[in-house]
Amino acid sequence: MTQSDPHIVIVGAGQAGLQAAETLRSNAFDGRITLLGNEPHPPYHRPPLSKAWLTDELNPGQLSIRDVSVLERKNIDFRAGVRVSAIDIEDRSVLLHGGDRLAYTGLMLATGATPRRLPHNGAAGDAIRVLRSREDADRIALGLKDCAERELPLIVIGGGFIGLEIAASARKLGIAVTVLEAAPRLLERAFTRELSDWYAQLHLSHGAHLVFDARIASIDATSDGATTIQLADGRSFVAGLAVAGIGVRPNDELAQAAGIACDNGILVDDCGCTSAPNIVAAGDCTVRRLSDGTLLRLESVQNAVEQGRAAALALLGTRKPFVATPWFWSDQYDIKLQIAGLSRGADSHVVRGDMTGHSFSIFHFRAGRLIAVDSINAAKDHMLARQIIGGEVSPTVEQVNDPSFNLATLRAK
Amino acid sequence: MVQITFVEPSGSSTELNVPEGWSLMQAAVTNGVDGIVAECGGSCVCATCHVYVDPERLAEVLPPSEDEIELLDGVKAERRPNSRLSCQIKATPELAGLTITIPECQT
Ligand SMILES: Cc1cc2nc3c(=O)[nH]c(=O)nc-3n(C[C@H](O)[C@H](O)[C@H](O)COP(=O)(O)OP(=O)(O)OC[C@H]3O[C@@H](n4cnc5c(N)ncnc54)[C@H](O)[C@@H]3O)c2cc1C
Ligand code: FES
Repeated sequence: MTQSDPHIVIVGAGQAGLQAAETLRSNAFDGRITLLGNEPHPPYHRPPLSKAWLTDELNPGQLSIRDVSVLERKNIDFRAGVRVSAIDIEDRSVLLHGGDRLAYTGLMLATGATPRRLPHNGAAGDAIRVLRSREDADRIALGLKDCAERELPLIVIGGGFIGLEIAASARKLGIAVTVLEAAPRLLERAFTRELSDWYAQLHLSHGAHLVFDARIASIDATSDGATTIQLADGRSFVAGLAVAGIGVRPNDELAQAAGIACDNGILVDDCGCTSAPNIVAAGDCTVRRLSDGTLLRLESVQNAVEQGRAAALALLGTRKPFVATPWFWSDQYDIKLQIAGLSRGADSHVVRGDMTGHSFSIFHFRAGRLIAVDSINAAKDHMLARQIIGGEVSPTVEQVNDPSFNLATLRAK
Repeated sequence: MVQITFVEPSGSSTELNVPEGWSLMQAAVTNGVDGIVAECGGSCVCATCHVYVDPERLAEVLPPSEDEIELLDGVKAERRPNSRLSCQIKATPELAGLTITIPECQT
């Protein structure tokens, strides 16, 4: 084999890395593909880890995205438990933990993200858990069993999507739950005030306790395996299990060390290209520069899949920008939230449907154009939103306000 | 095990023995059948696991939920009377020998 035999190396075997490997194959790339992942498993779904996996409603087969035999059949050299420790751009190779070197002709970084940890002394060990991997989830599931047996509560630190999903799962299991949120309301950055309040009511109605403006002063592990969390206002909580869901940090260290441009994530364009030639990146580890110069970081399956596909095509020399309307979902209790578009910068909001019931949508407008829709048990609105946001015609605020107006008439033909 | 035949967009077909209780989506994607994306992994929120059920046997498959019907409104490929989301169809002995056709596109 010569140096220039095509060999694409993919670092990170999550949603984005897997999608890239398969896109390369389905686009007639017949060179070598090596998919390196430092986890011990073949690619798996993370979203269920805070949902059905915790409540024991899934079998391990349902968590897996592909059987390894499929990767073999597609001639994708998948290696589990292998960590890349450096990129040598000059030499066009990656250094594996343990010392081996792997030469590439194209490189894709799909390293995901790592949960942030609380800065407090007591948060370092097992006292405060985080959730990203299957192992994390299994430890949390054990902790929940322990809470149930010892009749101790789960304390969730951070009222974001993952924290609230864990809280809902624990309530389903009959475990007492308290959510400590630093902001004055849930999901402050993602939700309007009314939707935050609606979700707070939802959790309260299922028996969860919510504490807002919570400033954590100290965290102490007690000798019997419980954790004591003290707030700055003097209140104190004893947890059988404490989990923090306070956001993630993109895994961009490899790229930074190699001199690839990063800004809280590996900087990519709309095709996944980085500042370095023949190196692309996709998924949670990236931050995208939009055409108006602003930066966008998304953490969603759709983003990982679509960016993974675009980045793989870019390595093959085809520019096919990822322009689909971003979307995301979250399941809590029997409530299915689906978000289409990005509501940042919205200047008006219209509720369609009945917020006192369990099915409605909030439409977000900026300068008269529809930019995002949050749908609660309203899949029809969500699907429609994905089709019309970013399209040529936007519904007007008046049309959305008018229950008799049929939004489907705006769908691009 | 329930035998199901998947016809991929390319026209080639794959026969799978699906464990009872598994969804047809799960069987197809873990076994690398092409053309089903299943971004949400079966949570019935993405509509990227769209398939056509053999029209002759449509009545034997449990009817779709309200959620599924709403998502089917937004599928990328042509929506037909026999359109279904494959994550919502569980393999049962009655479905043995069923043929599922996968549309050209999902996203
Ligand atoms: C509990 C939970 C619930 C979620 N729920 C939802 C949801 O409801 N809806 C939604 O859209 N999204 C959800 N997400 C987010 C979604 O799962 C992620 O956006 C998506 O998995 C990102 O895929 P990725 O491929 O970019 O990263 P990952 O899936 O994190 O994959 C990256 C992989 O790279 C590996 N890696 C990192 N560094 C190296 C290295 N140096 N060498 C080798 N391997 C390395 C990592 O170990 C990891 O396996 C959820 C996430 C979590 C954790
Ligand atoms: S897999 Fe997402 S709706 Fe079926």
